[in-house]
Amino acid sequence: MLAEFLQFLFSGVTVGATYALVGLGFSIIYNSSHVINFAQGEFVMIAGMSTVSLLALGLPMPIAILIAVMITTAVGLLLEKLAVEPARDASIVTLIIITIGASIFLRGAAEVIWGRDFHSVPPFTTNDPILVGGAALLPQTVWIVLATLVIIAGLWWFFNRTLTGKAMLATAYNPMVSRLMGINTKFILSLSFGLAAMLGGTAGILIAPISLTYPSVGVMLGLKGFCAAILGGLGNPMGAIAGGLIVGVSEAMTAGYISSAYKDAVAFIIILAVLIVIPSGLFGARGTERV
Amino acid sequence: MGLWHPRTGGLLVLAAVIAILPAFLANAFYYDVIILVGINAIVCVGLNLLIGYAGQISLGHAAFFGLGAYFSAVLTGTYDWPPLAAMLSGAVAVGALSFAVARPILKLRGHYLAMGTLGLGIIISIALNREAWITGGPDGMAVPSFSVLGWEPSGDLTWYGIVGGLLLISVWLALNLVDSPVGRALRSVHGSEVAASVAGVDVISYKVLIFVVSAVLASLAGSLFAHFAGFITPDEAGFIHSIELVTMVVLGGMASTYGAIVGAAILTILPQLLTVFHDFEMLVFGGILMGTMIFMRKGLVPSLAALVTRWRR
Amino acid sequence: MTLLRAEGLHKVFGAVAAIQDLSFTVSPGTVHSIIGPNGAGKTTLFNLITGLYQPTEGRIYFEDNDITAQPPHVLARHGLSRTFQNLQIFLNMTALDNVMVGYHLQCDSRFLPSLLRFPSVTRRDAEYRERAAELMAFVGLKDYVKADASAMPYGALKRLEIARALAVQPKMLLLDEPAAGLNPAETLAIDALIQKVADRGLTVVLVEHDMRLVWAVSNRILVLNYGRKLAEGTGPEVRANPEVVAAYLGEGGRDL
Repeated sequence: MLAEFLQFLFSGVTVGATYALVGLGFSIIYNSSHVINFAQGEFVMIAGMSTVSLLALGLPMPIAILIAVMITTAVGLLLEKLAVEPARDASIVTLIIITIGASIFLRGAAEVIWGRDFHSVPPFTTNDPILVGGAALLPQTVWIVLATLVIIAGLWWFFNRTLTGKAMLATAYNPMVSRLMGINTKFILSLSFGLAAMLGGTAGILIAPISLTYPSVGVMLGLKGFCAAILGGLGNPMGAIAGGLIVGVSEAMTAGYISSAYKDAVAFIIILAVLIVIPSGLFGARGTERV
Repeated sequence: MGLWHPRTGGLLVLAAVIAILPAFLANAFYYDVIILVGINAIVCVGLNLLIGYAGQISLGHAAFFGLGAYFSAVLTGTYDWPPLAAMLSGAVAVGALSFAVARPILKLRGHYLAMGTLGLGIIISIALNREAWITGGPDGMAVPSFSVLGWEPSGDLTWYGIVGGLLLISVWLALNLVDSPVGRALRSVHGSEVAASVAGVDVISYKVLIFVVSAVLASLAGSLFAHFAGFITPDEAGFIHSIELVTMVVLGGMASTYGAIVGAAILTILPQLLTVFHDFEMLVFGGILMGTMIFMRKGLVPSLAALVTRWRR
Repeated sequence: MTLLRAEGLHKVFGAVAAIQDLSFTVSPGTVHSIIGPNGAGKTTLFNLITGLYQPTEGRIYFEDNDITAQPPHVLARHGLSRTFQNLQIFLNMTALDNVMVGYHLQCDSRFLPSLLRFPSVTRRDAEYRERAAELMAFVGLKDYVKADASAMPYGALKRLEIARALAVQPKMLLLDEPAAGLNPAETLAIDALIQKVADRGLTVVLVEHDMRLVWAVSNRILVLNYGRKLAEGTGPEVRANPEVVAAYLGEGGRDL
């Protein structure tokens, strides 16, 4: 009984941390530009696939994952420069289509580079599960949780203690005034994409050893990460993390106790239920429009 | 009301194009593609009313298309209903479903609305995928051919005529709506919900109205598609298809009924043309999507129309 | 008979009490101004009256009907209409269509007839299109009848919003800072327009900071401060009130 529950909990936290990191990326980009980056899931995919190639080249694991994250970050910065910046003042729907186009483009590029096959990545440490309360805890899960905690701490420090981080928050509140105060909002926008790509990439290298990686793996991940971000209230980084974990654990519990066929639907059922009752998400900003 | 007016002039041009096009269609493959363009165009004309005129977002519209398709497939295939009755029942059912979810979902704005419609669409497509005992699951199901009182459409030209005729009717209806108090109310909702409401426009009711109308239209088109293609899969209701539909509307030009047709044409034909790129197909497609939206962000028809206006001066 | 009656209005946003214990009446056929410092609650009051906000406590009556918490589109049917402090023009439409939306309740807006283009719809539309053009001329926008709203200057848009509000054929028109952002000449023109409107017997309620305009057009003035009624009366009464002078007008205000 307990073993079963713990098993589902572990797998839920594992995948939930991925959703959390992807959702975090959504929130950070949204915060600095009000753009929803539908290519967020692709950052996860690129890091995973790059790791496969780099390992195949013979590079040791730590170097491979570092370079993979760097590659992903670079892709994020390029995406911002080439696709988002030229269309800064376009409507919401147009921007959505642009980032969806970018997502398709990146998936197409991945298919060209790596083909359509599924690839696997060895785990950071051994594959021997640790027994906790009768349930098998994969060491990789421990890595994922640790890494996520470090990232959360790092981001908190960045946003609250560094000038750049605060500048990013300022740009989110009021881009025009931020510019007048001397904040380089273009740089902030690039930074936010780079940061989001880095987060997505990190999620990618963390999850790749557990699930297989292939060019379309980012699609559902991106959509569920979006769910996580909205659940926690768009623009609320901590909310996105909470949202990701809620989605991940709910998914695992549903798959375990109710039906695994509708596993993928869980995230969206939750988000619909929440949005209908609380239109601004669980922890989103509630305001009144001034007329 | 001269021939330059979008209403009469445009309808005449469209009718002329539809009448003349078969001369250029060399074989069954071309017919298939063009008929698919027509079916997608019918959906897009409705979706454009929702997105372009009323200013809402729907990232899950393919679900209504897919539901229409499956209603027709199941009722005619498994239960031997007459196709027309199945099609209309599907439309009524989709109308009821969309009406039920519209009010709560349309209270959302911007990205939250996008997520709400996205979620709805995905849930429906997953259900179509999983309930294999009705739908045949991910492998899809066969659909009997269309017939009305014993008469069956035979051959591509007949289907072309059916779809072409229905497209013309849809466009006529959409143009009527746009140029009426209802159309103005929709545009006012897009312009400023507050101002619309103090002028007497019941904002939420109009949003619900146009959502249901566009959903029903999508359902009818889905039913048509099911009988035409003879075989459907849950992909008809999938997220990718929903995005394709929105892209058609945005690409062609929002708040432009003819733009919706152009967008449908381009995005239906383009993938066929891109097969020459083989493995690079997805890459090129994504690139074209990005490029067009970045450089012609009002969509093709309005951007070109603006160019023409400037050139005429 | 009072046209509008507010009783014991309270409006609280979180920890802020925007309106506290406010009661007042507006008589038909008058021009009633609401003045006070920024943040005094003037626009909040407008939003309460026109159904955009629900009062936390209190009641509002229009022609002795309880209209508290009724949505704006229903109030339009009762005969209430308004303009906005921050322009809410439909920039995606032509100027004429903006006014046509004002005529929404007058046009035949049934769905099926619109879908099928019944003659009743097109006939009404044509009739009101002419009326809309006349209305635009009335507010001084004859030159913009064929223009897109997005191509019009700010001053013209302020008038367009008034035209749209008049199209609703209201019994009471609420104008929220109609002269905001206008230069002195344009303000005089708005002043004249408000007089024209009032001369037709329409009840006007005005929020304004431009005191020249206020003294010129108003029959009665309501002064708000920190969400409460500070004073109410005719122009001279209000000008002479020392509390009003201290809170808002300043010593120089009396000489305007």
